[in-house]
Amino acid sequence: MKLPAFAYHRADSLADAVDALAVHGPEARVLGGGQSLLPLMALRMSVPEVLVDISTAADLRHHEVHDGGVTVGAAVTTRTLETDPGVHPLIRSCLARIGHVEIRTRGTVCGSLAHADPAAELPALLLAVEGSVELVAAHGSRVVPAAEFVAGPYTTSIDDGELVAAATLPAIAASAGWSVREIARRSGDFALVGVICVLDVDRSRRCHDARVVLFGVAATAVRATAAEEALLGEIVDGLSVEQAAELAFTGVDVLGDLHGSAEYRRRAGARLVAAALDEAADRAHDTTTSRAAARA
Amino acid sequence: MRDTHEPAPVTARVNGRTESAAVAPRTTLADYLRHGLGLTGTHLGCEHGVCGACTVLLDGNPVRSCLTLAVQAHGREVRTVEGLAAPDGTMHPLQERFWRHQALQCGFCTPGFLMAALAAVDEEPDMSRDRIRERLSGNVCRCTGYQPIVDAVEGFSADRAAEHAGEDR
Ligand SMILES: Cc1cc2nc3c(=O)[nH]c(=O)nc-3n(C[C@H](O)[C@H](O)[C@H](O)COP(=O)(O)OP(=O)(O)OC[C@H]3O[C@@H](n4cnc5c(N)ncnc54)[C@H](O)[C@@H]3O)c2cc1C
Ligand code: FES
Ligand code: FES
Repeated sequence: MKLPAFAYHRADSLADAVDALAVHGPEARVLGGGQSLLPLMALRMSVPEVLVDISTAADLRHHEVHDGGVTVGAAVTTRTLETDPGVHPLIRSCLARIGHVEIRTRGTVCGSLAHADPAAELPALLLAVEGSVELVAAHGSRVVPAAEFVAGPYTTSIDDGELVAAATLPAIAASAGWSVREIARRSGDFALVGVICVLDVDRSRRCHDARVVLFGVAATAVRATAAEEALLGEIVDGLSVEQAAELAFTGVDVLGDLHGSAEYRRRAGARLVAAALDEAADRAHDTTTSRAAARA
Repeated sequence: MRDTHEPAPVTARVNGRTESAAVAPRTTLADYLRHGLGLTGTHLGCEHGVCGACTVLLDGNPVRSCLTLAVQAHGREVRTVEGLAAPDGTMHPLQERFWRHQALQCGFCTPGFLMAALAAVDEEPDMSRDRIRERLSGNVCRCTGYQPIVDAVEGFSADRAAEHAGEDR
């Protein structure tokens, strides 16, 4: 399986990259880490005329940690972010689940978001932290919030001529707990079902913020709004976690494939959500109590 | 700015030697190493990223050479399995360990495992067996059942640690 022929443009800056995209129009594709695009080309599922390689563009190779959140340039690899101890453990935990080290060494954070695989961790993370992407074209730029970015499987609101110049993953509350869980056939495989939870509880474990995002189960990553609503204002305990987990797939159009039926994904997924909520609530409770202890 | 299907110049350090060639953009690093430079130790199994046989080091980091373009190696350092043994043929300590533990049968997967393991031990000298398995999870072996491969990497890692302890004394 050799790659189809294409013309290659190595962009040395963001401006150079968007100029090249403007010149070549819809025939051109951005080449980030190539860890999704090159396999698709080998399989002839994508046959672009021109590749605009942004992986060495100097002004896209930076990430900046700010108040627990991070803004990531388009050429920053998954591995670079994963190995920065300043990056929040929720984010690093998601990154470490993407494929294998060899894939993460080249794959980029923005490339994964742009690719919008329904089973990918990062589009789900973007929803969970209510992040955003900055889209830049030769004629201007715009910021798109997570909820408006992914439109369907492998489909985003990126227009022709635009690229994701950076993604911002904001901090979660310092008192919030989190959990990332997934079921995959082997370490490094895409998730058959995955969940990211962020929960904030007070000292009596009453929940005042709940975000539950499912991935690998539907056409896109989705927020489990019924589960979130069930938890808000409630004491997080065995009973409320069970109720929320049972509601997690309400209103979610679960898809099955040869690796797992929709029924399997719902049932295994409900258990996964329960375990994730427990873990997130414990982490939140730990930080809340240790903060109270520090103040006392 | 150059947009063309025409071969592009690539200059890279490969196993310590500077190599220059004009390479068509669609040529993967794996094909350039194998066909352009005759370094056929790097193997190709799946050619789409899932088997790990083609793993090489790019600037010291492990990558899939089937998912890296040759033009992307321009100005960079590549290390392949041919760069492991000494010029007189003495095996690299990791290769020695693979040999001693019978960590290969047909040997098809071995170059990829060696390069992935070398990078892993460089980064994390004290890996547990579970951690070794996780680090090597991107490489597939159809012969050995993995046990002896984990043994070999564990042994190599212990040798390294002992060497360092010796140096500190
Ligand atoms: C064996 C294997 C296992 C994997 N496992 C996982 C996994 O478990 N979870 C997971 O999430 N991913 C997984 N992946 C995919 C991997 O994470 C990819 O690296 C990622 O999805 C795409 O990032 P990239 O930088 O390589 O993008 P590329 O492959 O370069 O590009 C992917 C798509 O996005 C576009 N694009 C790239 N960058 C930009 C940009 N800045 N702006 C606009 N468009 C852009 C490209 O044009 C292309 O359409 C796996 C891949 C392999 C080979
Ligand atoms: S040949 Fe590159 S991963 Fe299989
Ligand atoms: S030794 Fe034959 S595939 Fe690993």
